[in-house]
Formats: sequence, structure tokens, C-alpha cells
Amino acid sequence: MKNPDRKGITLRAVLSFGWPVLLIGALFLIRYGLDQQAPAGQRLYVQHCQNCHLEQGQGLRGIIPPLAGADYLRLHTDQLPCIIRQGQQGAIVVNGRTYNRPMPGNNTLTPAEITSLIQYIQGAWGNDLPKTSFQQVSQALETCPLPNP
Amino acid sequence: MKYSFLTGSIALSLLVACTQSPTGPLPVLGVPHLSPSGDTVEYAIPDFGFTDQDSQAVTQATVAGKIVVADFFFTYCPSICPKMKEQLVRVYEKFQADDRIVILSHTIDPAHDSVATLREYASALGVESRRWHFLTGERDSLHAMAKHYMISAAVEASAPGGYIHSGAFILLDPQRRVRGYYDGTSAEEVDKLMRDIGRLLDEKP
Repeated sequence: MKNPDRKGITLRAVLSFGWPVLLIGALFLIRYGLDQQAPAGQRLYVQHCQNCHLEQGQGLRGIIPPLAGADYLRLHTDQLPCIIRQGQQGAIVVNGRTYNRPMPGNNTLTPAEITSLIQYIQGAWGNDLPKTSFQQVSQALETCPLPNP
Repeated sequence: MKYSFLTGSIALSLLVACTQSPTGPLPVLGVPHLSPSGDTVEYAIPDFGFTDQDSQAVTQATVAGKIVVADFFFTYCPSICPKMKEQLVRVYEKFQADDRIVILSHTIDPAHDSVATLREYASALGVESRRWHFLTGERDSLHAMAKHYMISAAVEASAPGGYIHSGAFILLDPQRRVRGYYDGTSAEEVDKLMRDIGRLLDEKP
């Protein structure tokens, strides 16, 4: 027993000086760790969709359909994974307006990424739709209209 | 030494004063040249001939005496074009009733963007051709026109959609002199463009 108080001193030091470190660590975890799902979808949206569907999902007049408040998301939920992966050709009707410009596909996105993206869109800009699950996305992707590359 | 430092400072402050003056006339951009008679001639966009979404010829005569806002794009462009068009619609709507202002949107891919394609695009955008001409024509002439506007437009296989091009809106005065460049993807820059159009309208001819 060289120093019987050593353990007690260390514990006291952690309690008095270490707690700010622990607090900051916990905040980082909440900001960048636990909250990973929502930013991932948003990041993918910015990267793959925002150029055309724009910042608030508002679309562009008769050129690009909106995603914010779009009835199409509710009426064609099952088709969303394949539209994101393979794109969209031909006329579609969104909120009563016809759009007829091709949308390019994103065939490098994984099922997990497509899930994040759909879930983000289902909850962004005032949208409040039930979230499509990873399992539903994976199933839908197996029966896309075009052959997978 | 002291004297040259002083003249340098005066020259510098004059230069700063000229380039930063927020209330004076907008600068005339581009390199002037000397005419055969030795006069300095300011740079202006040369004559041109394209076709718009209604199959009408659009030339220098169409824009004679008008303020022009120009850009370069292509209809299926998946990168910055929708953002640019959203901003250009703001300019269009603000000056819709003013026949002193005209918008020229040049396609850089005329092989795809025919008159019919441009007509469908303009109609989907809900704009009228008198105020906003979507221009197609010879590809080389369109790309040369981008150079005359002093911006870039080029084939680039690796880029989304196969082309790279500037996202600039270019402001011309009624003499087709370049008076400003604005980032067409930025709402703040386009606010400035609309203020600058107002300043050009106030200029004495």
C-alpha cells in the first residue's frame, strides 16, 4: 500500500473535472451518432434530388412535380423505390397537374439509402405520411419494371 | 519615391471608388477595342440569328433598344437548370408587363432541344414568347454565342446530362453592352439583377 488515497483522488478528479468532457461527448453522440437516420435521408436528398425538386420540395411549375404536399406519394407509395432507382418515363399526374418529363434514375443507391430518402421525403416540408420500411423497399426493388443493371 | 507612392494611392482609391460605387451607373464590362478611325469602342454582343419556341426568328433586331437578360441551359439538364429557371421566372414575373425587357434562354444542346421541345418547355413553365424567347439553332453558333457573352458552355461527357455550362444570368443594356453577371442559382444575386434592371431603366439613353 504505497498510497491508499490514490483511488479516491482519481474518482474525485473525474467527478469534478471530467464531467464537462462527458457532457460534451454525450452531446456529440446525440448530434452525430444517435440522430444519424434523419440527416442521412436529408443528405441524400440534397445530393440526388434537390437540383430538380428544389430546397422545399416545391418542384418547378409544370416542369418538375412537387414532393411537398404531393398526393402522388400517398397514391403510389409502392412504386417510389423503383422510381428513385430506375427513374420515371411518361406522363404522371400530381395534385391534378400532368407532368411529362423524364426523371433520371439513381441506380447506385442501395436499398438502405432509398429507404432513408423515402422516409425523409415522407416527413419533410409539412409531409406527414406513414414511413415506408426497409423491408417494404427491398421487396419493391425486387419487382421493378426495368431489369436491374 | 514619396511622390510615386502618393500617386499610387490616389490611383488606387479612384479605382476602388469606380468599381465600388453603388449609386453610379453600372460598369460596362468586356474589353473595348479601337475602331479603324482610332475611336475607343466599348464591347457589345455581336449580331445573331436564332429561332424561338414559336419558330420565330430572333435576331439583334428583336432586342434592339431593349434590356436583355440572357442565360444558357438545356431542357433535360439535371444539375443547376431547374434552380436557374425558378429564379428566372421571378425576373419574368416582375417585368412581365414591361416591353422594354426581354429574356433570352439559349439551349446549348439544339440536337435535343428542337423548337417543339422548347415550346413544350416554355408552355410547361407557363411563360409567353414575347417576353421570354427560348432559342435554338446551329450548335456551333449557340456555343460561340456563349463565348461572346464571356461565359462557358461545353460538351463534357462526365458531367450530368453531358454538358457543363455557366449558371450565370447576363444583363445587357439596349446597346447590347454587358452590364452585369449574376449567379442564377442564388436568390440574393437575382434580387440584385432585378435592382440593376431598374438602374438601367433609369439611365438616359
